[in-house]
Amino acid sequence: MQKISGDNFISEIVQKHNNDPQQLTSILHDVQEASGQNYVAEPWARQIAELLQTPISHVYEVLTFYSMFSTEPKGKVLIEICNSAPCRFNRSHELLAWCKEELGIGVGEITPDGEFGIAYTSCVGACDVSPSLKIGEDVYGNLNRSKLTQLINSFRENRPELREPLICQN
Amino acid sequence: MSTQKELVNLTIDGIAVTVPAGTTILEAARRANVNIPTLCDHPDLGRRAVCRLCVVECNGGRKLKAACANEVWEGANVVTDNPRIRQIRRTILELILADHPKDCLSCVRNGSCELQALAERFGIRKHVFKVGIPAQEPLLHSGTLVRQMSKCVKCGRCIAACREVQQVHAINSVSRSLSYALGTPYNTMLGDGTCTFCGRCASVCPVGAIYENDQVNDIFDILADPENHVVVQTAPAVRVALGEAFGLPAGSISTGKMVAALKRLGFSKVFDTDFAADLTIMEEGHEFLDRLKNDGKLPMITSCCPGWINFAETFFPDLLDHLSSCKSPQQMFGAVAKTYYAEKLGIAREKIRVVSIMPCTAKKFERARPEMKENNDPDVDFVLTTRELARMLKAAGIEMNNLPEAEFDRIMGESTGAGVIFGASGGVMEAALRTVYEVVTGAELPSLDFEDLRGYHGVKYSKVELPGRTVKLAVVNSLGNARALMQDLRAGKTDVDFIEVMACPGGCVGGAGQPYGSSAKVKERIKGIYIEDKNLPLRKSHQNSEVQTLYREFLGEPLSERAHHLLHTHYHPRHK
Repeated sequence: MQKISGDNFISEIVQKHNNDPQQLTSILHDVQEASGQNYVAEPWARQIAELLQTPISHVYEVLTFYSMFSTEPKGKVLIEICNSAPCRFNRSHELLAWCKEELGIGVGEITPDGEFGIAYTSCVGACDVSPSLKIGEDVYGNLNRSKLTQLINSFRENRPELREPLICQN
Repeated sequence: MSTQKELVNLTIDGIAVTVPAGTTILEAARRANVNIPTLCDHPDLGRRAVCRLCVVECNGGRKLKAACANEVWEGANVVTDNPRIRQIRRTILELILADHPKDCLSCVRNGSCELQALAERFGIRKHVFKVGIPAQEPLLHSGTLVRQMSKCVKCGRCIAACREVQQVHAINSVSRSLSYALGTPYNTMLGDGTCTFCGRCASVCPVGAIYENDQVNDIFDILADPENHVVVQTAPAVRVALGEAFGLPAGSISTGKMVAALKRLGFSKVFDTDFAADLTIMEEGHEFLDRLKNDGKLPMITSCCPGWINFAETFFPDLLDHLSSCKSPQQMFGAVAKTYYAEKLGIAREKIRVVSIMPCTAKKFERARPEMKENNDPDVDFVLTTRELARMLKAAGIEMNNLPEAEFDRIMGESTGAGVIFGASGGVMEAALRTVYEVVTGAELPSLDFEDLRGYHGVKYSKVELPGRTVKLAVVNSLGNARALMQDLRAGKTDVDFIEVMACPGGCVGGAGQPYGSSAKVKERIKGIYIEDKNLPLRKSHQNSEVQTLYREFLGEPLSERAHHLLHTHYHPRHK
């Protein structure tokens, strides 16, 4: 995830999408990713609306309709724990409890340094390795206590080589 | 290509019906005198099909179709009512009622609520689903509109009106599923967004979620204080709609009875906004001639409609110099009442209270504008909508229909037909032409009726021949139509000299403060307006003797310095 590159990052992203109002969701995705906090702040949304010459009411409607978008900071590393039935059966609540132990925060909260956040997600299609969770674009499965600690530490220490995300095969 | 639509034959509850192709099942059923229940549907708004109350069975299939959104087809066999359908509709209604605050007794829509009417129709006697209802206080926006979203049934009519008809885009849906709501961007107050306070949202809301700021009790209070000299003015569109609240058909003319009822309420003087409309024509007509003669900014655009002014200030701040500098008739009336009238009767300005009866919600916003005050004292103190006046009369026990007719008081109660037609789309333009033509040519108009400019239709063009010049005219109603015309103007693609804009479909008669109803009623009110115009002995603003006296004794001539100070205003770009 890249950090906000400056004041112009909104107009750069909008330009990348040819100032096309039809690409609003893609623009919001890119802005959310560039935010470093997994969200789209109000001034950014207003700037997007102005650049696309589309009403802010429309941008806000899209932003709040899709659960993947957030209007509030969600943390730099957002841990999304699968909340669907198969993961539940395989004790996803323990996964959540371990995350809480590691980070000292609950669902919908972020750590004081803004580094980590926890959220629920719907099924990510990794039921075979449940309980699973998702961080950014990557899904992690077959998790136990020590694997989870290792995963969180890999983000704390910025050591991607310690992570074992699932490889999508299709 | 034939314009004649193909006809479709079908049966509805066993009744054979033939309707044009493209008719909805709902509309076809109405023609067969079958009243399918609806909640989200509104005849003037697009198809949304969100409430599902209008579901029907077709061709014996189990799958239900929404009658409001599905068109008829040849040979269809529609069943609109059987035990299964009734039970499904009942469950839908009970689900809608589940989290609706059932405080009908203290609701502004008690007696006019569409949800209440459905509960009555379905014989709801107890509430099956018991869920917590979040307490939510009503929020007053800019002293004009109240939103109490705990009452919202999420039909989406308000958004359709704001977005599709008016193209103002002030409100939107928020989130989805359980937390789905109708609101504003970032929950801001309406006054901080693009809202024009036209009130279309309030006029289509089926329940008490959006409504006008009810000031009936404020008026009772000021009337009860003997220190006050309270005068009232009534807009032209009110007299052809007020009767609806007392059981008369739309378009019935209640002028005399309305005046009598207002006198019974205890107003010191009952005046006519039409007087001020005639005054507006004197100023606006001369302003237009001045612009024509001295290469002023053209096209000139009318400025009577406060919803339109808010819209122009928000979306077309670069074109504000096209707007006539004339205040609206309501504000001209207030300014004259608190100066000329006060002086003439020897009453101190601060003792005079000016109340307006308007078909409009935006008038409440307009009266509070800083430009409409003298030393911080507003020229107009209160604005009541037609609906509020009806409530006030009922509260006071006044049986308006049975009163003998009374006449407006002098010296601001005379009206010409030109003043009356201000209430309908095209009327301001027509009134202006009746005066401008005679001022310029010195001759009488061959015909006073500018039929091209009249009617509910949203965009109308015409022209009139003045010596040495053809003046091209455009009349639009609804802000969506205004937006299209203004975009053309901005792009240099218009070829007109004079534009009239009214924010509400059909003009002020279709105002958001009028008794609830659809365009069918508005069209009847328009007819009423032109009947009233025809019946008046004087039909041109410059013939109004009280206006003539006002100029002779107080203002001097149109566009004089004093007229400028009292009767003209200026506009500010609004940040959106």
